[in-house]
Amino acid sequence: MRVGIPRSLLYYKYLPFWKTFLAELGLEVETSPLTNKKILSWGVEVAENELCVPVKAFYGHCMALRGKVDALFVPRVVSVEERAYTCPKFLGLPDMVAAVADQLGLPPLLTPKLNQREKPREFKWQLINFAREEFGLGTLDAVAALEAARKAQNDYQKSLVAGRTPLDLLPASRLNRPRWKMEKKERKRIGLLGHPYNIYDGYITQNLIARLEEMGAELVVPEMTDHHVLMEEATDVPKQLYWTYEKEIMGAVNFWTRNRMVDGIIYVLAFACGPDSLVQVLIEHRARIHNVPLMSLTIDEHSGEAGLVTRIEAFTDMLMRKKKPAEAVA
Amino acid sequence: MKVTCPHMGHLHWMLDDLFGRLGVEYIKPPPTTTKTLTIGAKHSPEFACLPLKINIGNFIQGLDMGADTLIMAGGHGPCRFGYYGIVEERILRDLGYDFRFMMLEPFGDGKWAFYKTFETLTPGGLGLRKLWKILKVSFTKGRAFDQIHKRTLQVRAYEVNHGDTTRALRQAEKILTQAFTAGEIEEARREALALIDGVEQDPERRVLKVGIVGEFFLLLEPFSNFGLEEALGHMGVYLERSVWVTDWIAPNGDNKIYGFPKDMVDSKAAPYLNHNVGGEGRETIGSIVLMAEREFDGIIQLLPFGCMPENIATSIIPKVQRDHDIPVLTLAFDEQTGRAGVLTRVEAFLDLLTARRGLSLVGANA
Repeated sequence: MRVGIPRSLLYYKYLPFWKTFLAELGLEVETSPLTNKKILSWGVEVAENELCVPVKAFYGHCMALRGKVDALFVPRVVSVEERAYTCPKFLGLPDMVAAVADQLGLPPLLTPKLNQREKPREFKWQLINFAREEFGLGTLDAVAALEAARKAQNDYQKSLVAGRTPLDLLPASRLNRPRWKMEKKERKRIGLLGHPYNIYDGYITQNLIARLEEMGAELVVPEMTDHHVLMEEATDVPKQLYWTYEKEIMGAVNFWTRNRMVDGIIYVLAFACGPDSLVQVLIEHRARIHNVPLMSLTIDEHSGEAGLVTRIEAFTDMLMRKKKPAEAVA
Repeated sequence: MKVTCPHMGHLHWMLDDLFGRLGVEYIKPPPTTTKTLTIGAKHSPEFACLPLKINIGNFIQGLDMGADTLIMAGGHGPCRFGYYGIVEERILRDLGYDFRFMMLEPFGDGKWAFYKTFETLTPGGLGLRKLWKILKVSFTKGRAFDQIHKRTLQVRAYEVNHGDTTRALRQAEKILTQAFTAGEIEEARREALALIDGVEQDPERRVLKVGIVGEFFLLLEPFSNFGLEEALGHMGVYLERSVWVTDWIAPNGDNKIYGFPKDMVDSKAAPYLNHNVGGEGRETIGSIVLMAEREFDGIIQLLPFGCMPENIATSIIPKVQRDHDIPVLTLAFDEQTGRAGVLTRVEAFLDLLTARRGLSLVGANA
């Protein structure tokens, strides 16, 4: 049996885990191609108008896998840590796709529920039961599959912390990094903030990463920091955030500003992203009190290339002219 | 200490009562108007949902009236509402206001924290037993407010003289406000209901039966939906609504006012949306199924633009519509929405429903 994983949303976070797990269950795994014009316009046509662009792209990726696979892997990722959720849209995603499945001729969906809001590590049993019920695997085999998947994910996470990005690590998305024309000390460190499924999707963000690197920026992304550090830093708010991926963003801003790790921050958020729309207020406040320049960049399916280039050029130029930010504060 | 709270429909009547009993000075912000929204939208993040923008407007107007303590309800997600308070506090402090900020977290999330919030509100302390008593009586009064409002939604469709029901409602609210003890509240409740039932009605009138579902703030706050319920009533539409203030506050989910417990609504939603997605996402789907089964003519879904749970529901509604053969009109609201646009769409929708039933609305007196 061939299973398709849409290349969108949590693909960028958990692909190594999912892919290994499904392969260990004896399935052939296929991923959809990189987001392109056709995929996005498919998604935009089907999806409810007010949804954020990555979710729209998700519909398109599901459609791109039609006829190529026997089932689509659309897990319901409710929570990945205690007392927190992911995002409401991930909670409803399998149902949203199922609602249009007949009409679009999508293959059947595999939708295991992963929820460890109540108990830590509960997702293990949820996956073991999924493997047993859907594929008739023995418990021991399921545990072995889980173990292999966990190892793959750990390796991935380690490479990320070591400074590689999902773009370098995930299949068929390799970046041609430019050769530096500048001395390292002249280059500005820009913190690139946002959800992985936005900033690493070159089509949605119009190759933002490559463009910034061409302009001589040295990029820092949240994935380069250990997850536990981010979670620890994210507690520096009056009430704990209950969206894990927002906590990562908040934690990264707190960590970067506290340790003066970046000269400026570009915050990429999708139009109508619910959690970001609120957390934005706290992030902008944090950057302001620490005197770190921050640019919020809102993206959607209508974003034009020229507008984006103008804004990031202006921002990097501003950083280049701003001298020694550390002293300016003191 | 002068306390203020944002408006939400007839919630202010209940707060009036509660704070009166607690002996706390309550600064009631001026009723929400376009001005409130303009102030709120100016200072809120662009993509925040409409209720937050109106909250900010209410808070600023309350602070300008001299309030020094702000109270906001909390929550644990995944809907944005539970984090409103923190963001609102940040925005108001950045504007230079000085105040004390309190988040009232739901009772179920920690009884002690819930009690503590009230304890700090009333210096000198109340004691758990007395507080519980006050909350209980005040809640009973809240129930009565919800009941009379629910009744008006049904009576208005049959009223003979335009505006009678609304006038009766205003009077009923006054009667209820004056009731204090549990006995008085019960008496006032009967009197108020009798008053609304006493509105001259035309029982022969053939009316459309429409359900209103969606996000709670939009359903509860008439300002945010341009008084849609009253307008529909005047067009001769019998209404039922899926969300009520006291159903929302009550922790056990028995939905006494709505009439269908949460479990039942959720089970109706299960074939389409089998998980809580925060807010009223699942309830919206479940209520549409329920209302379709109860042979409503159509459903109107109201949501703030960009509301995550409702957008999930909206994505699924086309399938529910097909399966149950029920028309659903989805209306999203933000600070740019105009009344005329909404009413035009609603009128067109009612025309469609009328044509479907082969029914002509008699005596629509709007």
